[in-house]
Amino acid sequence: MKTDVRQSGQTLIKVLRYLRRYWFFLILSLIFAGVTVVLTLYVPVLTGQAVDLIVEAGQVDFEGVFAIGKRIAVLVAVTALAQWVMNVCNNKITYDVIRDIREEAFGRLQILPLKYMDSRNSGEIVSRVIADVDQFADGLLMGFTQLFTGVLTILGTLGFMFSINVWIALVVVLITPVSLVVASFIANRTYSMFHLQSETRGEQTALIDEMIGGQKVVQAFGYEDKAMERFDEINGRLEKYSLRAIFFSSITNPSTRFVNSLVYTGVGLTGALAAVSGRLTVGQLSCFLSYANQYTKPFNEISGVVTELQNALACASRIFELIEEEPQAEDDPDAVVLADVKGTVELSHVDFRYRPDVPLIQDLNLCVRPGKRVAIVGPTGCGKTTIINLLMRFYDVDDGKICVDGVPVRHAVRDSLRRSYGMVLQDTWLKAGTIRENIAYGRPEASMEEVTEAAKRAYAHSFIVRLPKGYDTVIAEDGGNISQGQKQLLCIARVMLCLPPMLILDEATSSIDTRTELKIQRAFAKMMEGRTSFIVAHRLSTIREADVILVMKDGKIIEQGRHEELLQKNGFYAKLYNSQFAV
Amino acid sequence: MKSLLQYMNDYKKESVLGPLFKLLEASFELLVPLVMSAIIDTGIAGKDTGYILRMSGVLVALGFVGLACSITAQYFAARAAVGFATKLRHALFGHIQSLSYTEMDTLGASTLITRMTSDINQVQNGLNLTLRLLLRSPFVVFGAMVMAFTIDVKAALVFAVVIPVLCLVVFGIMLISMPLYKKVQKGLDRVLGTTRENLTGVRVIRAFTREADEKDRFDKENQALTHMQMTVGRISALMNPVTYVIINIGLLAVLRRGSIAVNAGDLTQGQVVALVNYMSQILTELIKMANLIITITKALACAGRIESVMKEESSLKESVQSALTEPEQKEIKETPGAGVCFDHVCLTYKSAGAESLTDVSFRAAPGETIGVIGGTGSGKSTLVNLIPRFYDATGGRVTVAGKDVREYSLKELRRMVGVVPQKAQLFLGTIRSNLLWGDEDATDEELWQALTVAQAREFVEKKEGRLEGAVAQGGRNFSGGQRQRLTIARALVRKPRVLILDDSASALDFATDAALRKAIREMPDAPTVFIVSQRASSIRHADQIIVLDDGHVAGIGCHEELLENCPVYREIYESQFEKAEEKGGEPA
Repeated sequence: MKTDVRQSGQTLIKVLRYLRRYWFFLILSLIFAGVTVVLTLYVPVLTGQAVDLIVEAGQVDFEGVFAIGKRIAVLVAVTALAQWVMNVCNNKITYDVIRDIREEAFGRLQILPLKYMDSRNSGEIVSRVIADVDQFADGLLMGFTQLFTGVLTILGTLGFMFSINVWIALVVVLITPVSLVVASFIANRTYSMFHLQSETRGEQTALIDEMIGGQKVVQAFGYEDKAMERFDEINGRLEKYSLRAIFFSSITNPSTRFVNSLVYTGVGLTGALAAVSGRLTVGQLSCFLSYANQYTKPFNEISGVVTELQNALACASRIFELIEEEPQAEDDPDAVVLADVKGTVELSHVDFRYRPDVPLIQDLNLCVRPGKRVAIVGPTGCGKTTIINLLMRFYDVDDGKICVDGVPVRHAVRDSLRRSYGMVLQDTWLKAGTIRENIAYGRPEASMEEVTEAAKRAYAHSFIVRLPKGYDTVIAEDGGNISQGQKQLLCIARVMLCLPPMLILDEATSSIDTRTELKIQRAFAKMMEGRTSFIVAHRLSTIREADVILVMKDGKIIEQGRHEELLQKNGFYAKLYNSQFAV
Repeated sequence: MKSLLQYMNDYKKESVLGPLFKLLEASFELLVPLVMSAIIDTGIAGKDTGYILRMSGVLVALGFVGLACSITAQYFAARAAVGFATKLRHALFGHIQSLSYTEMDTLGASTLITRMTSDINQVQNGLNLTLRLLLRSPFVVFGAMVMAFTIDVKAALVFAVVIPVLCLVVFGIMLISMPLYKKVQKGLDRVLGTTRENLTGVRVIRAFTREADEKDRFDKENQALTHMQMTVGRISALMNPVTYVIINIGLLAVLRRGSIAVNAGDLTQGQVVALVNYMSQILTELIKMANLIITITKALACAGRIESVMKEESSLKESVQSALTEPEQKEIKETPGAGVCFDHVCLTYKSAGAESLTDVSFRAAPGETIGVIGGTGSGKSTLVNLIPRFYDATGGRVTVAGKDVREYSLKELRRMVGVVPQKAQLFLGTIRSNLLWGDEDATDEELWQALTVAQAREFVEKKEGRLEGAVAQGGRNFSGGQRQRLTIARALVRKPRVLILDDSASALDFATDAALRKAIREMPDAPTVFIVSQRASSIRHADQIIVLDDGHVAGIGCHEELLENCPVYREIYESQFEKAEEKGGEPA
């Protein structure tokens, strides 16, 4: 609990740092909040004075009432204006701060090492940037508008009340804690109920998730009745807990209202008695009554705001976790810019592991001369993509070094290294946008002719022109409107347009129809001409034509050589190759 | 919403009593200013301390009775809302389970899950608040006006003007800002989309070194969102100041009228105080009502979405009674493999323009192995999905064991068919609980047999707890290949007459794949097996191979025959195996 407090304290300090830029609006907001509260509280005093001037028949001081009326009108106008300015300031601060936070979070995502993304569910990161920030905004806005004015209102009310009549004010102060005690008593009781409710709800959601997500299997195995049975059992429990949670929490409101009516009565009673003995006027009583009416409201609001703020801080700390995550190492100040790369790639004594306790690549040596082809083969999940990760410097090696044209990649400017490679992954990512934008992704300034030319060489032109809007066809977020094979062709065209000196290709294992598959093969072959290429290979032809085959198993490179050599060796590769004849 | 109201039937009493008690409470609340005005006019003016004490007692009593009524009301409202939601959830879950593949395809699981969870919660919440407040707030507002009329008609006219004006302002601001909030939501969705896209495409973005451009784009969208938020914020920021001004104008009018009336002897000082009190009650209730309306609108939208799911009907019409005679049932039970026959079968998916299967005919004898091969979208999965009647053929007829599949009850039919779907899906529990899906009464020995055939015995034995080994949701704690083997075992536990392997060995290496096929063939009581695959090697030893091309049968026969006379098959085969080299292979 203590560390929680310290942690949220630290988070609060960080939030304040973001607020600093908007200090002007912050101060403006605070000033106008003060003005609003004081004036709002002063109006009942004036109303009370007016009431005192309206005593009984023939004893009404019209001039006085009129004068007070005018003052009320002016004050109300000023209050309304102040309130509006305060609201607008709060809006500005809140939305600008969360914009800044989002920008920073997204900016951080661009420089975080891939390890961060790979080890986390992307949904979780998205929820930090979107949902958490949103919730934080809600809490911040509410905190501003209500916490501050709430506290001021309570203090102001007390001040006014004491200035009018100390004894009645004391009555109010004495009854107030009752309201707080009642509220916290109920809140404590309901907390455990809410906890049970959300636990049961979570259980139910998990079941729903599984049964509806896997409905096809459920139906195939006739599991419906059993599922319903399980569902009903949880549903029954949920009903019980929800009823309790909702009922108990809904008692809070009537109870505090009851306490409020006690305050009201207390003020009425003491006020009336004081009035009888002439120590209080009727107008002052009316003023007290209106305070009593609105006095407990901020208390209820503040308890709500505090929970909201705690929630907001929790969200903020999740966002800060992302923002404060260690970014990838920056390029050395004297890093070399790789230009006109010939394509010699040398790996010497490379060690790498994703997890410190699980060794993966150990003492890997490989020298690839310009224009050679390297095929990487092995069973699924053996870590073939790790090689890609290291070549592209998505990850840095733990030991040993990788050199391109003799330059250790650690000492090369990262962007220049990545621009030297053309990469086509199996996972065909396209951005939401037009086909043209996608092909020109690596060179946005490319002309239409260049784009078309690249598409033609990637065998993508013919299907693109058949699309309703040709090159201007918009690809949906998930690329749903074109087939998997077509996506692959677009990814190839994207690389064709830049055509860097080295290539990294990941052959698709997934289901692509044979004709498109042939096109992809041909496009790949065309690209590889004269370029150093690394191919995660699944096709026999690719493998047989490779200059070197790396055979991987369990993350290790266990054999290296040409097709014939490896077959002769009669090792794992030979076994892999021959395995289909086991039948 | 209407059709959902039937789930309220059991809570009629609660949904009447709840609001009723709420109204009682509100009435007591409305009496308070009157009592206070009596204290002022009779107690203070007459210096009657006893009267003041008595009336204060009345105030406390009113508070108590109000509290009791209010708690009763809250209880009934909570019961009705929770009970309704429980019933609705049960009904919706049952309904979703009855939907066939066709509806699941169009609706999508994630939508349905949202309907089941957050939408129903919203409705519960909305109903609860409606029962509590929908009558109360207008009642207090108009009650205050009525009370004002009983005090003084002319002063009450001020109320009659202020209330409509307030309503106009409160609901006007809501009406203007609500569509704007929707726009903000859209802006937020865009920012979300960009973030997600960026995370999934992080490798490509960095490979092309476009990080800075992506950040620019995000910043622009983010700025647009902020701008929209501010615009809406500025409009809703008007709510409080404007209502405050209106209420105070009303107050001034009441004071003016009050001073004239008191001077003329028509009103007392205490009555003026009462009028002022009523005025301030109105404002709080109107703001409450505005919030309530937002909640109700949301709840109604959710209810509408739930209703639309409820209206979806399963497109599979189940034969209520089994068409099988008892000897027939017995015979099916005793014959290991069941023949499957397609007779000029066509299938057009709902809302699809073209046929996905066209005029497919073949006959699989009991115990045969049938391979199904073809490119993506050629209709392979569609074909096998017709056997357990996941979809109904839109033309022609599918028979299993000599009977049209539509003549079986769905339970009966699916009991005969073991399906291993493309997506290997396991459920939270243990290995045993997952395998028992196949047959609840299976013995341990039968489970191990199934695991052995599915080539899963080895890793299950190594797993801590063996059959009791935990399975995480979706089977995440197993590798893709292990999951596939477990789903195969699950289907084998059924001892099916027809076994369908829908591309379900894709994550297995070639050796395991081969061993699996061999083990299935050598099973005692071998079922009729359908193997759908992309790999020519997986199906080349099948008794019959069905080659599909764009929903049409391009050829049926054994490997050698097809190689000879089916160009599509040859093309597929040669793309995977070298033309020149008969012994060519495709290392995984």
